[in-house]
Amino acid sequence: MGLVFNIQRFSVHDGPGIRTTVFLKGCPLRCKWCHNPESISPDPELVLRTDRCIRCGDCYALCKNHAVKGVDGAFETLREVCIDCGECVEICNAEARGLAGKEMTTEEVLAEIEKDVVFYDRSGGGASFSGGEPLLQHEFLLSLLKGCRRRNIHTVVDTSGLTTTAILEEVSAYVDLFLFDLKTLDDTKHREFTGVSNVQILSNLRRLSDSKKQVIVRLPLIPGVNDTFEDIKRTGEFVAELGNIREIHLLPYHPTGTEKYVRLGKEYEMEGTIPPSADDLSLYVKELRQYVAGVSIGG
Amino acid sequence: MSVAIDGVLTLAQRYADKAQALAGMEREPDRKAELESIALVCRHVPAHAPATFWEALQYYWFVHLGVVTELNPWDAFNPGRLDQHLYPFYQSGLADRSLDEEKARELLECFWVKFSNQPAPPKVGVTAAESSTYTDFANINTGGLKPDGSDGVNPLTHIILDVIDEMKLVQPSSNIQLSRKNPDEFLKHACRVIRKGRGQPSVFNADTIVEELLRQGKSVEDARSGGTSGCVETGAFGKESYILTGYFNLPKVLEITLANGIDPRTGKKIGIESGDPALFKSFDDLLNAYRRQLKHFIEIKLKGNNVIERLYAEHMPVPFLSVLIDDCIEKGKDYNNGGARYNTNYIQGVGIGTISDSLAALKYHVFEHKSLALPEFLRILSRDFEGDEKTRLLLVNKSPKYGNDDEYADGLMQWVFEAFYDLVNGRKNTKGGVYRINLLPTTCHVYFGSMTGATPDGRKGGTPLSEGISPVQGADRKGPTAVLKSAGKMDHVRTGGTLLNQKFTPQLLESEKGIENLMHLVRSYFTLGGHHVQFNVINARTLREAQAHPDQHRDLIVRVAGYSDYFCDLGKSLQDEIIARTEHQGF
Repeated sequence: MGLVFNIQRFSVHDGPGIRTTVFLKGCPLRCKWCHNPESISPDPELVLRTDRCIRCGDCYALCKNHAVKGVDGAFETLREVCIDCGECVEICNAEARGLAGKEMTTEEVLAEIEKDVVFYDRSGGGASFSGGEPLLQHEFLLSLLKGCRRRNIHTVVDTSGLTTTAILEEVSAYVDLFLFDLKTLDDTKHREFTGVSNVQILSNLRRLSDSKKQVIVRLPLIPGVNDTFEDIKRTGEFVAELGNIREIHLLPYHPTGTEKYVRLGKEYEMEGTIPPSADDLSLYVKELRQYVAGVSIGG
Repeated sequence: MSVAIDGVLTLAQRYADKAQALAGMEREPDRKAELESIALVCRHVPAHAPATFWEALQYYWFVHLGVVTELNPWDAFNPGRLDQHLYPFYQSGLADRSLDEEKARELLECFWVKFSNQPAPPKVGVTAAESSTYTDFANINTGGLKPDGSDGVNPLTHIILDVIDEMKLVQPSSNIQLSRKNPDEFLKHACRVIRKGRGQPSVFNADTIVEELLRQGKSVEDARSGGTSGCVETGAFGKESYILTGYFNLPKVLEITLANGIDPRTGKKIGIESGDPALFKSFDDLLNAYRRQLKHFIEIKLKGNNVIERLYAEHMPVPFLSVLIDDCIEKGKDYNNGGARYNTNYIQGVGIGTISDSLAALKYHVFEHKSLALPEFLRILSRDFEGDEKTRLLLVNKSPKYGNDDEYADGLMQWVFEAFYDLVNGRKNTKGGVYRINLLPTTCHVYFGSMTGATPDGRKGGTPLSEGISPVQGADRKGPTAVLKSAGKMDHVRTGGTLLNQKFTPQLLESEKGIENLMHLVRSYFTLGGHHVQFNVINARTLREAQAHPDQHRDLIVRVAGYSDYFCDLGKSLQDEIIARTEHQGF
């Protein structure tokens, strides 16, 4: 069993071809720009779409913990009281209440993945595992990867790189391609903006490179965090020095996750950040191409 | 027949005389030479077999005029496999240097203008409500297979795709017949034109179409020379009379079943007494009642059709068309009276998404989860969900839906398909042929929706039904692969055409990868046996803007159902429906 918060079919940005991406919940990093805030906590979380609410009051009537309060004919959810049990989600016909995170068995997830085999075969696609940090649920991930291998389905793991060496070694035997996030080489900044050190992450990337695994480095480009030429240059140099990594994908910051913070009742610290301009992006691409042959924007 | 032929020959001579006269008055030497060429061409065809590329096009055009004049021009008549028919003339023209690629392109573009200038007549009454378009449904086929079964794509195919791209016209409609034997380069070229967002060309599965025709007993050569005309209708070009004999409202039959034979809209009893729904013990009881009611209405439809068919056979002969279609002359019978080699009648099922979701909602909520008692459910429907949005949302959001690759709802789609098929397929018409089914709406899903009350899938009364074999508008929530999987569960081979609409925003197709993904979707759907898919490449914002400010968007062309039309010329409800069709994000 594992906790899945989304399964996206016709996913075309997480590896080659047409893919199904399974998003596993829970992440050891706390990146301030995270555009999937529902992926961070390792537990199910209530997601509110108040614009959809028709004020029927069923959640109010149902909640045993009194986490829903009636205010002037509308209903307010008290996050500090709510235990994210999800019972109200089941009865909310308007889908104003959702639960991010669903317990699923390996077989259930594999059955979803298998549905699009005809598209994978044609397009050279397969299954991708993302998160959160998929390696946080490494036993579940491993069983999914083995299931894909048995079915001859190409696999991608999209990782922050933060896991133990032992787990990485065990899992990587069943991974066809890693999408490996590299935020910044500056450990002080890494700690400040992601909450963790990059030492283990860089060591893991080196290990994958040394063992000649297929790896694409993904560089989220975050204004004010890692978008100076110095940052870009250091990343380029590091990847080039690793020796076996031929591709970097730049993922420019975008604010599309903002609304998700509101729905989770969380605060978004990067409010107002302006995405990098197209001109800046092409300069970064040019710079990185001095170190790595394959540089592209987007997945 | 002889009189009709003389009429067309006389018409051609008059064109020749006119061109000659104009040439006599013309001072500008290039134009004078051109008019003289026109006169020569019109003297030669259609009295004689065409000898050049130009003559071949002109030959067809005179024939087309003859047919549409005889039929009162709403005919869906088309030149069949244009690229294959013209290719020998193109090759010989290049060989003797009487033609080059540019000249061929120009002549084809003139040909396109001729189609564009030949709209269907205005419709009136119910026909106007059902199909509010001036399109005459001429549909150009390219690619596919040659009669010997080999790849039918040739250099002219690509020129025709360029012409479709350059001309930006609603009419003629155009399509590609895509076989697994055709190269990807052909599909890619078509996808690049589709990306422009004018809804053309649509994409057909040539291999499935051959299989459909073979199943109907056509010879393999006739099947491979066939294709699609009108919207998506399969036929053996030049050898078959295949008539659409009317649309059939599948969800309406459920509405009447749930009222035990009464049409709630009028209060009149028009069905049979299939049982008081409150007494249904199981979902099977309901399905049986629906099937009995369906049989009742199909029988009425067939009976009425046969009367109309005899009227055509006895009072509306088409001698000119009978000259053209094999074997009318050999049989000595008119096209409208069984003269063609093959004679097929189609009944077009409409609203398969709506009926599947409606049955799924009844099965799921009434009979399995018992979250709604049927009498209460029927009361809610009769009030059009007035004051009960909560129940409507239960039905919309918490019910299995066709189009999500979910066996529950897709299985019911298959059940409806089988019931409809069993009652129609193989029934005899009066011309020695049989009835078959296809699933296409033109724009009739809008009209039928206006005649159908609230349905158990949460659809409000009067709003459009689902279109073609597409899922209910907005019900497909798992992306395009799930839609294609669901639609692929239908046995397309046992139809004479199905219509699947997919809508993409332009940005989804901007990159080369976007084009490739579109190609993968098409090829995969055809691997699953799909008959046809067409793409609207547009975003909803643009459409809303066009709705608010039509004057600024008069050029906006959208694919409506089996054809393209100017968005601003469509009725508001149809515009709304196009906006509502799910937008797929993700390229």
